[in-house]
Order: sequence, then C-alpha cells, then structure tokens
Amino acid sequence: MRDALGAVQSVLLVGGTSEIGLAIVRRLGRDGRLRRVVLAGRPGERLDQAAQSLGAELPGCSVTAVAYDALCESSYAAAVDAGFAGEPLDVAILAVGRLGDPDPLTTTLESVRELARINYLSAVETGTLVVHRLLQQGSGALVVLSSVAAERSRADNFGYASTKAGLDAWALGLADAVLGSGVQVLVVRPGFVRTRMTAGLPEAPLSTSVDVVADAVADGLRRGSTLIWAPVAVRYLMSGLRHLPRPVFRAVAARR
Amino acid sequence: MNAAKPFFLTGQEPQRRLLTGWGGTAPTAATVVEPESPGELERLVRSLADGRSGASPALLPRGLGRSYGDAAQMAGGVVVDLTRLDRILGFDPVTGVVDVEAGVSLDRLLRVFVPQGWFVPVTPGTRFVTVGGAIACDIHGKNHHVSGAFGQHVHSLELLTASGEIRTLTPDATPAEFWATVSGMGLTGIVLRACLQLVPIETSVVRVDTLRLPDLDTLLEVLRTTDNQYQYSVAWVDMLATGAALGRSVVTRGDHASVEHLGDRADDPLAYDPRARLGAPGWIPPGLLNRLSVRAFNELWFRKAPRQRSGELQSIAAFFHPLDGVRNWNRIYGRPGFVQWQCAVPDGSEQALRGVFARCAAAGTASFLAVLKRFGAADPAPLSFPTTGWTLALDIPTGLHGLGELLDGLDRLVVDVGGRLYLTKDARTRADLVPLMYPRLDEWREVRERLDPQRRFDSDLARRLAL
Repeated sequence: MRDALGAVQSVLLVGGTSEIGLAIVRRLGRDGRLRRVVLAGRPGERLDQAAQSLGAELPGCSVTAVAYDALCESSYAAAVDAGFAGEPLDVAILAVGRLGDPDPLTTTLESVRELARINYLSAVETGTLVVHRLLQQGSGALVVLSSVAAERSRADNFGYASTKAGLDAWALGLADAVLGSGVQVLVVRPGFVRTRMTAGLPEAPLSTSVDVVADAVADGLRRGSTLIWAPVAVRYLMSGLRHLPRPVFRAVAARR
Repeated sequence: MNAAKPFFLTGQEPQRRLLTGWGGTAPTAATVVEPESPGELERLVRSLADGRSGASPALLPRGLGRSYGDAAQMAGGVVVDLTRLDRILGFDPVTGVVDVEAGVSLDRLLRVFVPQGWFVPVTPGTRFVTVGGAIACDIHGKNHHVSGAFGQHVHSLELLTASGEIRTLTPDATPAEFWATVSGMGLTGIVLRACLQLVPIETSVVRVDTLRLPDLDTLLEVLRTTDNQYQYSVAWVDMLATGAALGRSVVTRGDHASVEHLGDRADDPLAYDPRARLGAPGWIPPGLLNRLSVRAFNELWFRKAPRQRSGELQSIAAFFHPLDGVRNWNRIYGRPGFVQWQCAVPDGSEQALRGVFARCAAAGTASFLAVLKRFGAADPAPLSFPTTGWTLALDIPTGLHGLGELLDGLDRLVVDVGGRLYLTKDARTRADLVPLMYPRLDEWREVRERLDPQRRFDSDLARRLAL
C-alpha cells in the first residue's frame, strides 16, 4: 500500500528496460518500502540484466521480469496479471516508446503503423487493463509517460508527437474520469531527456536527465497530481511555444 | 453495460466511498455499509462467508474514523460503519457497569452518564471515538499511569467472527481471544457490544494544577517523581525550542473535583455541556502551519501558561477534549493532511527521547501538537501499545521537506531502545520494524489465524505493515 508520505511498496514497469522507467523505480525504492517490482518487457538479455541489477540495488525487494511486447497484444493481459499477483499494486508505469524515423517524410506505411501501435495503441490498451484492476482495488496509481511533444508537433517529430498527443489526451481525460475512485492517473511530460532513445540527437533547451524526471514523478505521486512537467521549467517554455504564431514557431524549431 | 456511466466505472459498486483516517492522507475507496441492527450485520457477514473462497471482498469494521492513518480503511473491500449500532442496552447504577453496542461513542456515554455521576474509565484527547474503536485500538488517556488502557476496563465483549458466529469473550474465560481483539485493530472480527466499567465522580469538574517547566530534564524529573499524585497528567512540549530551552513545556495535571471544591458553584455539580464552539473554515491556505506560525503559537502558549497555578476548576470538555471544541480541527493542515507520530519508550531510555527532541528541533519540524506523558504497566494484549515508561506524540504536516527520512530516523531511535509506535496513529512506518516493536506479534497472529483462518478481515494498515 502507498503510505501517507507517498512511499510505495509495489511497482509494475511496462517497458521494463526503459531508462526513464527504471530511474523512476530506483527513485521509488529510495524510500525503503519497495517489496515487489515487476518489469514487463521484451524477453532478452537487456530485461534480465535490468531485473538483476535492480534486485541487487533493492535488498528485501523481489524483482521479477515478465514478457511484454507492445507489438503483441496477447502478451498484455499476462503481464498486467503479474503486476497484480497476490497483493495490491501501488504504481503501474507505462514507459514503452520509440522516437520513430528521424525523417518522418521517408517513413514506410509499416513503420508509421508500428510507431502508432507501440507508442499509442499498446499504451492505451495496457493502460485500460491496468485501470480496470486499480478501480477494483480502490487504490493505486497509473503513471503515463507522455512528452512535451504532445503539446506541439514539429516538422522533425510529427509522427512521435501525434502518438504522444493521443496518449496524453487519453490519459488526462481518464484521470478526470477516475477522480474520487482512489485511483490516481499521473501524466508526465518530460522535455528532452538524455537517454538511449535520444542519443545522437541535438540537445534541446532545458534538456534533462532521467533522475530529474524520476524525482518529478515521485513528487507527483506524493501530491496526487494529474499532470507534471520535468524539468518544471519546460512547462513555461512550452506554454510560450504553444502560443507562438506558426511561422515564428517554425523558425524557432528549425534553429535547434 | 450501464450507458450513464463511463465504462471504466461500471464495475464499481454505487456506494463506494473514499476513506482516509483523521490525518487525511492516502485515501482509498471501499464499499461502505452502515448496518442498522446487529442482525443485519450478522446476515451480511454470513453471506460473505458463504461466498466462494477467494472471491469475497475483505471486511473491516470502522467507527468514527479518528485513527490518524490507514487503520480503518480497506481499499477494494467492504468497510462496515458501526456508528448506527449505538444503543445503550443496560446499566447497573450500583456497580457502574454499562452494556453498550460497539458504535456508541464516548461522547454519548459522557452525555448520558456524567449527569448521573459516572465517568468513562479512559478517554483519549477526543470524545468522538466509538467503544468498538476504543477496544480495537486499546486506547489510553491522561490516566494511563494509574488506570491503564481501555481494555482493562472491559468486562466482556461480543465478537462477530468471519464465519458469522457470535462469540462472547472475557479476560477470564477466553483470555487469548479477548486480548487479541483488544488492540487487534479490527482484524479478529467485529466487536458488536461490550460491558464496560464506568468510574464514579462527584462533579463534572476537574481540579487542575498547571506548571511551566524550562527544559527537558526538569520535565522528565517532575513527571517521574510527582505524576502518581494525580489521576490525570499530560505535558505539552514546544518542539521548536532548542539549546538550553530544549523540551520546555507546560504540564497540566488534575483530579475529579469533589463537591466541597466547588464552593458556591455547587448547585449543579454534575452539569455537562460540551458544545463545540467553533468549526474549522472550509478552506485553509496551504502551508498555514509553517515553522513561523507554529513558532509564534508555541511562544504564546508557553508565555500564557502560569509558572505555577493550583486548584483551577476546569470542565471535562476543557480539560480532556480541548480540540473537540473546534469541529474538524484536522482541516487546519490543509489538503495534504498530516501524520501523527507517537512512540512509547521504556524507562531508562530518556536519551532516545532527547534524541527525538533534538532532531525535531534541528529539522525545524513544525509540530503544532507535541504531547509527552508517562505510561503505567502494559496490559496483557499482545499488540497493546502502552508500556511502562514514556510516550510522545507529534502532529506534523506531511508537506515538510525530508519528513520521510526524519521520521525513519526517529523510528530507529525508538526501536533501538526497545520502544514502539502506536499502530492507531501510524501512517508510514516500515513493515520490517513492526516485529521489533511488537515482539509478541506472532502470538497475536496465531489467535487471529484461529478466529479468521481465511483472513476475511483485512485493512490498508494490515497490508502495508504485513501484520
């Protein structure tokens, strides 16, 4: 169960090798109450390694890996079941995502469809399964990793941005729908985060680390927030950018 | 599928409600039922017991919700609100034994019996607790050093167990089950009714001596040496005072006044009128209770107390339940709520108390309410909180930065000297510390296993702390 100061005892990370996701789990582990972590991801060395090193870092906490593939709908239910095995689940994190083709104009139909399935459809379907269970349980939180890209798409990320915009809208409305049910939905909009996914890309202003995102999520969980930005300053940057006239925004976006 | 509702909510029962403890933290949703009669409750428990094993939701009794943490919450389960089972079934004016349903509040008992010359054997800082809750939490009051905890004044109780059976428990015939239910946090079953021993009083007035003390050493010395001269005793401590003033405090102690003490006010010595005078406003600016405001309040409170005053006559409400004068006073902490940290440490571990005071003062903990008192001997209940020595209770807003680490450190100090935290107040301690705080936990678990083999009774507290 979550305690009065927001410390949690169990976490399901969907996207079990996500760097941001794992940083959030580590941060939640720092409160010393975690006793069960389930990493749901594509089976393989990377997932096993993540489970192993997390297990070593969190003494007294059981860390298990279960198979989850965003492109294989039949894997969702078993992964979610594993998260709820035996006792209440305090936090589920949806952290599956990919950036897509760096040049969206050259993408194939297959890769467009794949991006939508991975970033949007899998998250919405898995999130639905999770929220049903959380509502039954009367407690717990669903953390949805969105992006500041959900707020305004650019010429070089419109595919990615559109999936995040869809997911963001779904999760924010869901958060309101479950108000008063004991269930929290927390939408996280990180700015440019230095990870595997963004390696090699030019850094955007206010670029940040996974730990900053993790701290923000822990804080949002504690406060019962619905929407947070990481770092906090990108909220104001984006609220400015969002209202720029299109030609000005275009010029600003092209200058990075 | 119900078209009127969002599809996510169709699986949900209509009477689901968000519940929190008095601290207002960690809300969870449960189906709340309010049975009007013991028969209705019995049928409900039986129907749940007959359900296929594993499919039935967990059960938990709840009273007036004055436990600070998650003791009276059961996310996803059925929470039985007992406040409608509030009949007074019998009273023997010769012995002072009263037979009541579990939902009767101490407030009600006081209103009915103070004018007849009887007082409750133990009252906490609020009279808005039910008899069932008082038993399940084995509550203590300002008289613990002489009278013990609530369970010691219960002659017998009726327990509705998970199977739907009603058992009569007494300390003599069924000591294991009786004492596992006293301080059992509602996890052994639902207390339906109890026979309590009331204590005779001549007046509804308390003769109070007040003493202002400059530091912790003086406080501990005064309480240790002279506390047994009074029936009731408590000390308010300024948790923000540092250095030489560490532990400066105001001690209030008293006894029920006799008719002679009243002098010319003796025309109606048992008059009792505990009306709440104020209500907390509906909205409180966040952070109202901060270091500065609490420091200012503490300074004022300390200065306004007389250095020494004897024989002041106070009403029962003013002496025992000052905070009940403000309805919903818990709201002054704002939406994030607050936690109460209450420890008991044995005699000889004053160093640990000093450590708690020093760390809180250093952290600038804005503890609005800090109360220290002496405990007398423990009762036979395996999970009972009071034990000979000291108890300290701190109310702290949850917004304080670094509060988790601070309290984890205080827990450590307490466990290292063989002390414990009060489960009724706890909302955040570590599960692995509980067996160290309550060495007889396994003994209690064995009795619970007998009374509720399928673990139908459960709570957020029990799950969080793996009781």
